[in-house]
Amino acid sequence: MNLNLNFLDFEQPIAELEAKIEELRYVGNDKGININEEIGRLQKRSRELTEAIFSSLTSWQISQVARHPQRPNTLDYVERIFSDFHELHGDRSYADDSAIVCGIARLEGRSVAIVGHQKGRDTKEKIRRNFGMPRPEGYRKALRVMQLAERFKLPILTFIDTPGAYPGIDAEERGQSEAIARNLFVMPGLKTPIIATVIGEGGSGGALAIGVADWLMMLEYSTYSVISPEGCASILWKSAEKAAEAAEVMGITAKRLLDLGLIDQIISEPLGGAHRDVDTMAQTIQASLLQAMERLAELQNPDADHLLSIRRKRLMQYGHYNERG
Amino acid sequence: MSWLKKLLPRRIRTNGTTRRTVPEGIWTQCSACNAVLYRAELERCQEVCPKCAHHMRIGARKRLDHFLDKSLRTEIGEKLQPVDVLKFRDSKKYKDRLHQAQRETEENDALVALMGRLKGSPLVACSFEIDFICGSMGSVVGERFVRAVDACMDNGIPLVCFSASGGARMQEALISLMQMAKTAAALAALSRKGIPYISVMSNPTMGGVSASLAMLGDINIAEPNALIGFAGPRVIEQTVRETLPEGFQRSEFLLKHGAIDMIVDRREMRDRIASLLSVLTHQPLH
Repeated sequence: MNLNLNFLDFEQPIAELEAKIEELRYVGNDKGININEEIGRLQKRSRELTEAIFSSLTSWQISQVARHPQRPNTLDYVERIFSDFHELHGDRSYADDSAIVCGIARLEGRSVAIVGHQKGRDTKEKIRRNFGMPRPEGYRKALRVMQLAERFKLPILTFIDTPGAYPGIDAEERGQSEAIARNLFVMPGLKTPIIATVIGEGGSGGALAIGVADWLMMLEYSTYSVISPEGCASILWKSAEKAAEAAEVMGITAKRLLDLGLIDQIISEPLGGAHRDVDTMAQTIQASLLQAMERLAELQNPDADHLLSIRRKRLMQYGHYNERG
Repeated sequence: MSWLKKLLPRRIRTNGTTRRTVPEGIWTQCSACNAVLYRAELERCQEVCPKCAHHMRIGARKRLDHFLDKSLRTEIGEKLQPVDVLKFRDSKKYKDRLHQAQRETEENDALVALMGRLKGSPLVACSFEIDFICGSMGSVVGERFVRAVDACMDNGIPLVCFSASGGARMQEALISLMQMAKTAAALAALSRKGIPYISVMSNPTMGGVSASLAMLGDINIAEPNALIGFAGPRVIEQTVRETLPEGFQRSEFLLKHGAIDMIVDRREMRDRIASLLSVLTHQPLH
């Protein structure tokens, strides 16, 4: 049984230890006896246990961390990493989709544009943000802001965290496919650096539509896949219960994708995952973004065409095949 | 059910009206109107039922054979072979699925690309093989498509692509997702050169193929009553828990909602595309 919603099933031994520590603290406050030593000992054990558990997570467990209800989302990072953030709303033709947030801001004094999925925290916000599943107007808003970024020479920083593009009647009516395809069509030619960071779930085309980048990073316990493990399992195994197996075989973790050469960098998370220490996580992300921006600024010499030709090469080398004869 | 049938006891009723058995080989049956059709006649009609105009599946090579002039054709990227880098295995090994698909379709992957002529004008035409792992797009499809685009740019000739695909190939996982970005980027380069690209969507064109190369035509055409969309109808039904409207995600629905330029019968495709391209490229029609 899940004792504490902050902990996932496989973290229950840690949850039990933490509960014990809390209990001791309570007793300690109550009677004024010195139990600091015991608490310290238990805390050390809890840390070691966390290290042990997190050093050998399965792909399926990692996807649970990536979807953790407490996992920090785009706006959590935006408020910690950037200053002067101005959110920009609407696709100028139909609606404002709050499953994607866009805006302009400063990163250590440098002007940037931000595009990210936003899942929402409590039930009400989750519903308002459609659980981070964008409709076409979300992708069109993102495209509008990315083109604005190109005009004003702002590097584009995207944050990926979505189960996927919304599978709904209205989304199909308004051209979900076209909206995603259009972003994939335009992003390769944007004359400004694009840095994408997968912070949680990288769900398929819905993720890729803001993910064409010069530098692609993933947080240590995030995932990126062509289809959700459940979706893959229900199609190929005809049973959603094979999700753990599907997660393993698809290779959805940062480590596996780095080995496959599909991403550029893994950003380490605090012990136990980003949600255990959001401030530290935000600092690490900020440092990685600054490094990436510096590297890409060099590629813009002598002009943006150089950057674009490197981006094109990156895109064209995706794929594994043999060529006989 | 007719009143006469209702009188019959359940035991001796047969479902003879819906599935008449047809001798294999020479005769075949329309999957929509059940008309018994002469196989050779159906092939001559490009797998379109001469009785009800239902568009059935057509093999990639057969389609291109009907579409292009009989003059010399050169195949593009035919030596590309799929590989299983992930060692993917579900209920079956990906390797075995590939071998089976290759045996059954006599293609080495799900896209065929040919350089040839259409009413005398040179062009590149590619076509998805739906019977090859649901026409799914993996590395070979992506690379072959890009080479087709490159051939168009090198020769300054238009591109036509006939899609029929379930989407990205799950067995190549994220590598296949990246093919969406790769093919779209290639089309952007083609577009910058001012070379026309006509996308023809046939039944079905879904997921990663629909959300990349298929929707990016300078002109988007659909065959009648083709299923075209991003998410599959079953997934949508499970998500929204509503019955989907009649004709949802069919060509006529897409035309009404502004996603495609026109619906064209397969038997008129050659004439229509030749005419479209001749206008776009300021050439007289031969």
